[in-house]
Amino acid sequence: MQELEITPEGEALTQEKAIANLQQTADLGQRYYAAWWLGKNRINSPQAIDALIAALEDTCDRSPDAQGYPLRRNAAVALGKLNDKKAVAPLINCLDSEDYYLREKAAQALEMLGDKAAIPYLIKLLDGGVTAAIQVPGKPHLIQPYEAIIEALGTLEATEAISLIEPFKEHPLPKVQYAAARAMYQLTRNAVYGEILVTALKNKELQLRRSALIDLGAIGYTQAAEAIASTLAENSLKLISLKGLLEYELRNQPNLSEPIIHIMQLMDRLL
Amino acid sequence: MSNTTAKLIEAVEKADSAVGLLQAVKALAAAKDESAIPTLIAVLGYNNPGAAVAAVDGLIELGETSVTHLLQQIDGYNYGARAWAIRVLACIGDPRAIELLINAAMNDFSLSVRRAAAKGLGSIRFSLLETEKVAVAQIQVLKTLLAVTQDGEWVVRYAAVVGLESLYKAIVETHPESALEIKTKFKQMLDTDTEIAVSARVKLALDTLAK
Repeated sequence: MQELEITPEGEALTQEKAIANLQQTADLGQRYYAAWWLGKNRINSPQAIDALIAALEDTCDRSPDAQGYPLRRNAAVALGKLNDKKAVAPLINCLDSEDYYLREKAAQALEMLGDKAAIPYLIKLLDGGVTAAIQVPGKPHLIQPYEAIIEALGTLEATEAISLIEPFKEHPLPKVQYAAARAMYQLTRNAVYGEILVTALKNKELQLRRSALIDLGAIGYTQAAEAIASTLAENSLKLISLKGLLEYELRNQPNLSEPIIHIMQLMDRLL
Repeated sequence: MSNTTAKLIEAVEKADSAVGLLQAVKALAAAKDESAIPTLIAVLGYNNPGAAVAAVDGLIELGETSVTHLLQQIDGYNYGARAWAIRVLACIGDPRAIELLINAAMNDFSLSVRRAAAKGLGSIRFSLLETEKVAVAQIQVLKTLLAVTQDGEWVVRYAAVVGLESLYKAIVETHPESALEIKTKFKQMLDTDTEIAVSARVKLALDTLAK
């Protein structure tokens, strides 16, 4: 049932080959694919980590609008999955890049690596608060990747950022509001914020209901179990959300408590 | 076809918003009229999860008649519709769907299809089969589900556990030695499965079966 790993050129990739592909500069497609492959296959040997960190400073692979660094983005995503603290400082450097999507991937990777050293640099990107958080003219995004930044601060337990994050629950974009609610719940465990996301499960936009499902799973807001199960969305996503709740409960209480059994009963019905 | 059903079908076909479609499908499903089946099946392919859920509920409610239609048409379905159709077949538990569910649980490209099929295999209503065919079918299902506990996706393994728990109850009287294979597999999974959500479900299954 395992799928075979084949490159776009049809050759099977090995760890050594992937690292070599990443280090050459002749074929940009192969480099891009190798960075993704190393992350996906959780190759966290020192050689792989070093090659990916080097790729964070690549200047060959540029997107057409000349502001983007596609290879750097892929390398940041991979480093987020590889659990090596050596990547923290280089990823923090990426938060200053002119490439919006690289800043976004770096914030997400720093969230996954779970190192509090990133907190002050993430906070700096919130400069100007909600007033400054406007769309870049002619681009489909805001001036900073606010969702990724705020979510990372929540996961990193950056309680010093509470007063900065809280106002973002009034941001005009629902996804930013949800990110703020998610982080605020993680930082305060106040049910008010969990309930904002529960209400979002009834939003008339499917995309926003999906977003709230992911957020509730990520924070393990157990009170939402029933509401998650009855949300109008794909069962796959509801199952992932409920799995988040289940894992949160199991970390606090490895035995099968009533709430844990209840979550599994809800999951059984969605299979 | 009654006049009312014809109107409800027309409402589904003419719905021009996601919310409108959902309401129309709910109304059509509530009519519990067999002539609504082809329309409900068509809705499975609309890529609208809300409406698909309502259609699935309606088709499950109509039971065996839905199965006949679904099995006739399933090869022509798109990716999303196929997943929903397997879900309907899995819930109804009609043994005519066994071959299809086994193949889906083992080989389908989509993890949501493998997941639904694995759960459904556990709740096949074997009593609807001719007596001499029951044992063979049960062993076939057992072998499939034991294999599916090795799937690469946690949710498919989780579904296999749920399926095996149901199957255990169905075969423990008639095939105690096969039922024991299920418990052995569960104990092995407790040691080897890397996902705590799957291990927790195995624990729950073992607790339930011990009662």
